[in-house]
Amino acid sequence: MQKHDSTWALVVALALMLMGLTVAATAQSKPDLIEVRIDNFSFGPTEVTVMAGTTVTWTNHDDIPHTVVSTDKVFKSKVLDTDEKFSFTFSTPGTYPYFCSIHPKMTGRVIVR
Amino acid sequence: MSENKSDELLHDHNNDGVDRRGFLGCMAWAGTGALFVMQGGVLKSFSLSTLLKGTPASGSDLSFVQISDSHMGFNKAANPDVVGTLKIAVDKINALATPPEFMLHTGDISHLSKPEEFDTVDEILKGANPKSVFFVPGEHDMLNDDGKQYLERYGKNAKGAGWYSFDTKGAHFIGLVNVLNLKAGGLGTLGADQLAWLKDDVRHLKHSTPIVVFAHIPLWSVYPQWGWGTEDSAQALSLLKKFGSVTVLNGHIHQTMQKVEGNVTFHTAASTAFPQPAPGAAESPGPMKVPAEQLKSILGITDVTYVRGKHALAVVDSSLA
Repeated sequence: MQKHDSTWALVVALALMLMGLTVAATAQSKPDLIEVRIDNFSFGPTEVTVMAGTTVTWTNHDDIPHTVVSTDKVFKSKVLDTDEKFSFTFSTPGTYPYFCSIHPKMTGRVIVR
Repeated sequence: MSENKSDELLHDHNNDGVDRRGFLGCMAWAGTGALFVMQGGVLKSFSLSTLLKGTPASGSDLSFVQISDSHMGFNKAANPDVVGTLKIAVDKINALATPPEFMLHTGDISHLSKPEEFDTVDEILKGANPKSVFFVPGEHDMLNDDGKQYLERYGKNAKGAGWYSFDTKGAHFIGLVNVLNLKAGGLGTLGADQLAWLKDDVRHLKHSTPIVVFAHIPLWSVYPQWGWGTEDSAQALSLLKKFGSVTVLNGHIHQTMQKVEGNVTFHTAASTAFPQPAPGAAESPGPMKVPAEQLKSILGITDVTYVRGKHALAVVDSSLA
């Protein structure tokens, strides 16, 4: 009886491990969330390369409001006050330059493959 | 900061026993404030704190006050009480020995373009003795709606995105808008429409007419790396070349600076809300946190010694590198 129980436990543990591996593999091959920090009047990282279908989220960590505006008018955030976020999902491959329309010296780029 | 020196010296001369530390600690002056006095076409400016101590501003043809960057709605560590500091600025204006005839507000009235922020500023400014306020917008006043709300509130009689001019006591005042349609990687912009209007606006003026131009972002290259300049300001200034006296008043950089170039004198005003670092002195131009007891004195410095020429060259040297 006791031996039976431990065998069963081993099967469950192996199954859980396999599930874990599957989840990890999925996350690695299909990254669908990328974070860009707005800090000290700059976008970091300035350039990100992502797979099509990826959602990029910008978070403003400055004490001053900023925006995230596509130079080619593909996307445009509202004004982001401190700690506010903006997300955009990139479905089409290409290069997407963007800037802060309030502080246009702040520029960045999203490359979608 | 070296800009404090004129005020400090004044205290020393008064022999009132207040040393520098005590002076900074007790000085109640806050908010930008420059009083401009026109005498025979020559514009002179005095810091409000100096005037309160009796600098003669009498015998003038015209006096007015510039305030800037009230950033109503800002509530971060650099100044959690922008209402309080704007009120102190109004108190200082009302205490002037020579009552100014009107005020210029050079933009960033609000922090986030919220209606209640504009309402609060309007209400506080009603407490000022000069009843007329001439506004130009800052980028913070035209968020989300390309300036629609701003124009409804302050630009009913303005042209285009909010530019206009008026004449008083023989001087010609020009309010410009350089905070809209900014291009990626660029600076402030006036744009072709506004430049065409400006050309026409000054066409028939006599060369001897004193010109006062006011706009939010500096119309000279203070520090392009931080966006502190205007792409097409040179074109605007070339339209004003024929005039013997041109004074350009700006805000945006939350600190006082002056530069003289030929017949043109450029001033930037302090903010009533929070200080920003000197060009290149920090990683970014974000709000500068200073010890609470120093905040008011830093907001309040509109240094008369720039005008008298004592530090003028030094300012130019540090800001235009």
